[in-house]
Amino acid sequence: MLKKIFTGLLLSLALLIVAALAAYLYYWRPALAPIDPPAATAFSPQVVEKGRVLAGMGNCAACHTARGGAEYAGGHGLATPFGTIYATNITPDRQTGIGRWSLAAFQRAMREGVGRDGAHLYPVFPYTHFNLVSEADLTALYAYFMTRAPVYAVAPVNSVPFPLNLRPLQAGWKLLFFKPATFQLDPAQGLDWNRGRYLAEGLAHCAACHTPRNALGAELAGSSYLGAAIDHWYAPALTSANTAPLPWTQDELYAFLRTGATALHGVAAGPMSAVVHEGMGASPDSDIRALATYFAGVAGAEQRQVNTDTVVKAGIARSQRVSLVDNDRGASLYVAACASCHSNSDGRPAALRPELSLNSAVSAPDPANLIQVILHGISKDDAMPGVLMPGFAASLTDNDVAQLAAYLRRSRSHQPAWTNLEAAVTRARAGK
Amino acid sequence: MYNITVNGQPFGTEAEAETPLLWVLRDEAHLKGTKFGCGIGMCGACTVHVDGRAMRSCITPIAAVAGCAITTIEGLSPDGTHPLQRAWLATQAPQCGYCQSGQIMQAATLLKDYPQPTDANIDAVMSGNLCRCMAYVRIRKAIKLAAGMQEAPGV
Repeated sequence: MLKKIFTGLLLSLALLIVAALAAYLYYWRPALAPIDPPAATAFSPQVVEKGRVLAGMGNCAACHTARGGAEYAGGHGLATPFGTIYATNITPDRQTGIGRWSLAAFQRAMREGVGRDGAHLYPVFPYTHFNLVSEADLTALYAYFMTRAPVYAVAPVNSVPFPLNLRPLQAGWKLLFFKPATFQLDPAQGLDWNRGRYLAEGLAHCAACHTPRNALGAELAGSSYLGAAIDHWYAPALTSANTAPLPWTQDELYAFLRTGATALHGVAAGPMSAVVHEGMGASPDSDIRALATYFAGVAGAEQRQVNTDTVVKAGIARSQRVSLVDNDRGASLYVAACASCHSNSDGRPAALRPELSLNSAVSAPDPANLIQVILHGISKDDAMPGVLMPGFAASLTDNDVAQLAAYLRRSRSHQPAWTNLEAAVTRARAGK
Repeated sequence: MYNITVNGQPFGTEAEAETPLLWVLRDEAHLKGTKFGCGIGMCGACTVHVDGRAMRSCITPIAAVAGCAITTIEGLSPDGTHPLQRAWLATQAPQCGYCQSGQIMQAATLLKDYPQPTDANIDAVMSGNLCRCMAYVRIRKAIKLAAGMQEAPGV
């Protein structure tokens, strides 16, 4: 009997090794020959400029520029469940950047997740999306990065533990979760929608934050855009599962992605603020409109029959009544600290008076965004001119913030109460 | 080094990033009209305008308002004749006076948003400005008087 089990185990182990070996061989890629960095004059200024705008749409700087570091010189740490992975230097430095990468090497990295030396890149680099980017756009991105000032900078060593740090293992991950593809137009949809889909699914890699991941860090195939926690923030659902009281229509999405704020949903804060301002700020209106068209479809905004006026009036009336009647600690804190800027009283939100009964952070399933904003405020760079909120991290205890958040949830949404709020506040504070 | 505009004049400060705007205004710009109340953004005594909107200066770090235009009670009107200031005098609104500069600055934003404010508008916006002398009834009266004095909405 023991012998049988032993033989069985041995057999499975052998099979596993064979499978891993097969995957490794299947995905084996050679090193590509190093080149001498091309002179900046080798690229047309128009193509470089196109690359600059595309690099913003791809939000490359969010990962490849460390806080306070040189642009695109890498070193920003990304906390993953498998350890911290540091983004690499993508300036054209010969030793530490991509100075010796040919266009072919750059394209292979973007499409297949393979470095110039043939090593498999970790999927935290979203090649699973970038493989949809067109040849022309990849060429423009290459031109842009190869014309940046080269910076000598070595990224810190990743803290991914053995054996997960073995690059060949990434071949197995690819076998399981990566199907290289090229972007296909959907003839049933308009050009605008197709452009939006091309950007969203490819370069902009929206799903990287907005789609939950499985235990091995791959986006869950059946859960596209259902929302996920990320870096002590919450990337909300972009489907009809979104809990905001008013639908994300094309106009609302456009206003949000273009300006960073709308009166009917709130402000893009945290990582999304950088996406809107530093990232897509340079993108043409037509691209922002295309993204809005695509995501209005993802959200099923057309199918939701909601009378905006009714929802707004009811929300304001309800929050007004509760703040005057309630007398618990959360309500008292709201009246003292928040009401002077957030209260509305005429049945419509006044310009520059963010109405919390419409705010997506208050109705989200995860309190992370509301907690972050109460603690750290809204910077003047996050939203429209004239909107700035000081943070209350030094004023309020964890329990205060929890009670305030619970009060806002109770009085300004129809969603179930958040659980373990105080612990979430403690975590958010520690994570900053 | 942070550069701001205070009551129309450029002002530079070497204060550290986290220094509350309140202390830059009081200790460096020597504008003592803005008061320190609770220090945690809960009473409104320190209210000033940042780019034209009322803001609690005791919890607003100087780094957060770099490049912004700050208006204090001293700069609300060049000669102290803002409709709210005249109304405050006419109604003799203050008692001890400590919270009043904050009340007036908050009320100025209220009048921008609601040029003819109802009681509901006033309750909603002014309830976070505390007055331990309980001058609330006269403050409400003064705000309504000031609204009537405004020549054009949005003063």
